Amino acid sequence: MGEFRLPRPFQKEGPMIANYGYKDGSGDFFIAIDTDKCDGCGACIEVCPAQAFEVGEDPNDPLREEPVAVIVESVRKKLKYACAQCKPVTDRPPLPCVQACPAEAISHSW
Amino acid sequence: MAEEYWRWTESRWTNPDLSWKDGEIVTAGVDVGSVSSQAVIMVDGRLYAYANTRTGSDSPNSAINVMNWALEETDGLSLDQVQYTVGTGYGRVNVPFAQRAITEIACHARGANFMYGPTVRTVMDMGGQDCKAIHCDEKGKVTNFLMNDKCAAGTGRGMEVFADLLNVSINEMGELSLRVEEEPPPVSSTCVVFAKSEASGLLRAGWPKEKVLAAYSSAMAHRVVSLLERIGMEEDFAITGGIAKNKGVVLRLEKELGVKALEPKYDTQIAGAVGAALFSKALVEKEKSKKK
Amino acid sequence: MLTAGIDIGAKTIEIVILDDGKIAFQNLTVAGYDVRESLKKAWEDIEAQSGIKLDGIKKIVATGAGRKDTIYASDTITEVSAAAKGALALNRDIRTVVDVGAEEGRAIKVDSAGKVMDFAINEKCAAGAGAFTEAMARALEVPLEELGPLSLQSTQAVPMNAQCAVFAESELVTLVHNKTPKPDMARAIHDAIADRIVSMVRRVGLEEKVMLIGGVARNIGFVTSLKRDLETEVIVPEDCEYVGAYGAALAAAGK
Repeated sequence: MGEFRLPRPFQKEGPMIANYGYKDGSGDFFIAIDTDKCDGCGACIEVCPAQAFEVGEDPNDPLREEPVAVIVESVRKKLKYACAQCKPVTDRPPLPCVQACPAEAISHSW
Repeated sequence: MAEEYWRWTESRWTNPDLSWKDGEIVTAGVDVGSVSSQAVIMVDGRLYAYANTRTGSDSPNSAINVMNWALEETDGLSLDQVQYTVGTGYGRVNVPFAQRAITEIACHARGANFMYGPTVRTVMDMGGQDCKAIHCDEKGKVTNFLMNDKCAAGTGRGMEVFADLLNVSINEMGELSLRVEEEPPPVSSTCVVFAKSEASGLLRAGWPKEKVLAAYSSAMAHRVVSLLERIGMEEDFAITGGIAKNKGVVLRLEKELGVKALEPKYDTQIAGAVGAALFSKALVEKEKSKKK
Repeated sequence: MLTAGIDIGAKTIEIVILDDGKIAFQNLTVAGYDVRESLKKAWEDIEAQSGIKLDGIKKIVATGAGRKDTIYASDTITEVSAAAKGALALNRDIRTVVDVGAEEGRAIKVDSAGKVMDFAINEKCAAGAGAFTEAMARALEVPLEELGPLSLQSTQAVPMNAQCAVFAESELVTLVHNKTPKPDMARAIHDAIADRIVSMVRRVGLEEKVMLIGGVARNIGFVTSLKRDLETEVIVPEDCEYVGAYGAALAAAGK
């Protein structure tokens, strides 16, 4: 049988995490938005130099009434490249989007 | 690229035990992907008819084409009598007769819940040009997801590249990959372009097709597992999309996960359209209750 | 004293021979299925064309993806080091080196002493290197060497959404179906890969002067798109594919 181990336990009442991005030959590049924490305030939009965020109706939960932040569709496929300007090889400062979010709903996988 | 090898079986089906005339709510869901398109018609939330075809390069018309193909076999049902249609998939903007568009993530969760039952919690959709992992609850509501449509690895298109390289039809790839005595090491490149060069090298070194297919299917299964590792997994587990029909990938995936996927009772490619048709029904009911 | 550098790439093998630190001879061979055979042939060609014998070379350093696979070299250096060394030896004012090969793309930041400060690599993904333009040329049914000049005839920029060589091919099929002019599609291809290379350069920080090396530097379409995207001048040396091997040869000469 397989030796598959969950990196973290799957919680039934856990947050709804939307993972936008991709995994390709060169690595995993995902921005995860905790949609339970996100209330659609839009602070992320102001600070992102790549215009990667937008706020609106939750596309993946048609019944949700509160707006939510999503990664713009055209940026999703280029996430590694779009985020490159905030991720210099050395002296990497804290990420503007992560810092700006008052609910700490944003995290990057790389 | 030679035309024949991608040719997975296009299909359609009409429910022999149901007539749309006996139902109250007739709804449809249309899923337009870059590789394939599906249309599903439901009567009072029961599966009535569906069609699954290749999108081809005529994507603006693929929605109406697949819908017409599904309607053809029905008992005289025409598009005017369908009360509500939801479009989904990459080409959801190209479903001109839809009243609304809903993302494939939401539709796949709903569709998987219908097709596999309320116990399904993790859905792996391996489509033509994307590969996504979705968590849902007992009602088919999305609770987590991981969407991956940038890279061809783990998608139907990746499989098609190999079908073309090995001169094997897509329908046979699964079976063929299982005809090995010993499981070879997986292809080391994730990237389909580099994996193809690697496979060419293996063929030149004398590897039979079956062995190369086994190595590639193994790499694909491994990739899916790493995606699931990022999002976590809970049973019951189900696979949708075209690659769910590839026994070679499915068995290897189940082996590496240590979990058996639920047995599909319907064509695994219709999950998105099923979910869309169910959303249609919910929206019709909502409108009706508002009027009361 | 003769020293040499070998750059074993995915597609080609370059050998540069120095005599007391000055370039004496250089050779480029296609990397065949059997790298050893290709190298053997390369040395034979070198001897036939220049009279230089393999056993007359005091020290050989290898670089490139296949650097560990050769018995000829006594040492190896990384592609990043080789590119930095070679580029700076050609032009002391270079501070950013962009190296785009068949399977990898690199951006390297160097200081005035030629020391590598930062680097970023696009690897294991065909969309980030020459394999992309090669695949697209095949899809468009245009010989690779004609793709660049063709793109210069473009009259408008057409965006490319796909970030994967396989999906880009499907996208090209749709563009062909929509009767997009070939030069515009050719330009779209170069713009797409230049875009990816530029974001890598931004990660190390752009500082002039910028030098572009590697096989893809031969592609005038790519160079044009790169210059446009970077908004700076880009220096492309005459023998752009040999710079890695040159750097390795300099390392062998202790420079």
